[in-house]
Amino acid sequence: MSSTLAPRRAPKLWWNLLGLLVFVTAGFPLYWMLNTAFKPAKDAIDPDPSLLPTGITFANFGRALDIADFWGPVGRSLVVSLAVVVIGMAVGLLAALAISRFAFRGRKIVIVGILAVQMVPLVAMIIPVFLLLNDLGQYDRLTGLIITYLTFILPFTVWTLRGFIVNIPKELEEAAMVDGCSRTGAFLRVVFPLLAPGMVATSVYGFIQAWNEYLYALMLLSQKNQTATVWLGNFTTKHGTEYAPMMAGATMMAVPIVALFLLVQRKMAAGLTAGAVKG
Amino acid sequence: MSAADTTTPAKVPPPRQAPPPPADDLPRVRRPSGGAAIPWLLLAPCLLVLAAVMGYPLARLVTLSFQKFGQSQLWGFQPAESVGLDNFAKVVGDGEFWAVVLRTLVFAAGAVVFTMVIGMALALLLQRVSGWLKVLINIVLVASWGMPVIVATTVFKWLFDSDYGVFNALLSKLPGVEMIGHNWFASGPEGLAVIMLLVVWGAVPFVVITLSAGLTQVPKELEEAARLDGAGSWGVFRYVTLPVLKPIIVMLTTLSVIWDMGVFPQVFVMRGGHPEPEFQVLNTYSYDRAFVVNDYAQGSAIALITVLLLLGVVAVYMRQMLKIGEVE
Repeated sequence: MSSTLAPRRAPKLWWNLLGLLVFVTAGFPLYWMLNTAFKPAKDAIDPDPSLLPTGITFANFGRALDIADFWGPVGRSLVVSLAVVVIGMAVGLLAALAISRFAFRGRKIVIVGILAVQMVPLVAMIIPVFLLLNDLGQYDRLTGLIITYLTFILPFTVWTLRGFIVNIPKELEEAAMVDGCSRTGAFLRVVFPLLAPGMVATSVYGFIQAWNEYLYALMLLSQKNQTATVWLGNFTTKHGTEYAPMMAGATMMAVPIVALFLLVQRKMAAGLTAGAVKG
Repeated sequence: MSAADTTTPAKVPPPRQAPPPPADDLPRVRRPSGGAAIPWLLLAPCLLVLAAVMGYPLARLVTLSFQKFGQSQLWGFQPAESVGLDNFAKVVGDGEFWAVVLRTLVFAAGAVVFTMVIGMALALLLQRVSGWLKVLINIVLVASWGMPVIVATTVFKWLFDSDYGVFNALLSKLPGVEMIGHNWFASGPEGLAVIMLLVVWGAVPFVVITLSAGLTQVPKELEEAARLDGAGSWGVFRYVTLPVLKPIIVMLTTLSVIWDMGVFPQVFVMRGGHPEPEFQVLNTYSYDRAFVVNDYAQGSAIALITVLLLLGVVAVYMRQMLKIGEVE
């Protein structure tokens, strides 16, 4: 055994070196965004940039906030994303329950339908959606954007929640019903608490997707109603691009979203059943 | 959904599925009052919303592509009249369209192959590095996965800036290479290579994390047995790991094809909202026809052709998902 261990040590070092290289390469764009955001603007336009930080300044963030209204777009993005998530969760949860807890004729067709809807590329839909909202007088309205976003949030929500519900043992519900709960009561007292973490994770995920959407936000809203993702385009004008403030803006956009994503990623991966049987 | 879609790897259920329960475990119907009506009542709001926001525009996309629909129809000066297959004939008869199709296919194929190969290699590498490094790499992967596409595109634009971009500066440090001032977007292939790098960088984390989860499910006994039978590392990978991972790989590949064929914001934003002819891929081309040339009907026809092109891939993906959906 010891003889097989010894030669395994050396390769480990090489694997680690390779891993380190991957870490540096994959992380470099992130690092460079932060590095540029915090460096003095004059150091940013150096043909031979220093790879290490040259000093920390917040001036770029100030400039980024000045260049175009920042809080208006952020507020609009918040309104749209929250509305989409709330409607999507309410409607999606009912549908997820139907396809995961009931056997009925047509169940399979519904599942196929929901999966198929997910696969229709949004870009292909922009033309009819644009014409439709134009006809309904919903162009340049947040409500139009909210309704549109439901097309991709809803199927995703149904499918993900379905996964979480399936993982909650049916026996728990049945036990509650044997003890005298109604079906609704069993759901509210037993399933719902167990489903809550999954619902939170799904909501946050949906929120991120709605927040990140670009094309529809660009096409369906005018300049004065732009959302956060579109706001990032303000740094490029006819006179060129202000890169250091743009990276500061990118940082402001990315950090909250990446933080949320890091949080949820673990929740989405963690199984629910571990706590369920105990709890 | 591709606009955000390239960032939305979340369209997949968590890769780890519950162990397949016995087949009779399909949702048992308890029939209190109401019976079969209940699931449909629960589904009704969802189906109504989808029919309204998805069904109608989808139908309109189809009808639109058989009509004449330009500026004057948009403003209502003229009614939209049916022109049969004219739009399709015009699109198919246009040499530029075929160049765009070819470019999209080559781009998507390249992006998918790189994403899958690098993703697989990284997933295997993650099994072999020390614990602390694994944590570090995972953090970077999840962070880059979570980056909004628009932000990532903006950052890459800066990395590859011709005068002040750090990439050119780094290349110039190599002996005999002088790249400062080199414009990566002066030529289509070079620019698309940069965009492909951006797409791959954004797509690899999802593949690595999903495959890593899958790798933990490869039974150790099988690997041991293969080794005892004399298989080398490659043999174990080829005859044990790959077959076990196959369902996940099929799912990831089909999803990648769908996303990479539908690449839009990366090209659009990278080229400042006006991709040059040598940067046009199917989606930007359709957008261009509709909103720049103001021929909404032709744009719809192109979008419809794109959807049809993807149909085969989608079918494979759906079959795989249904297999997963069945074991519950």
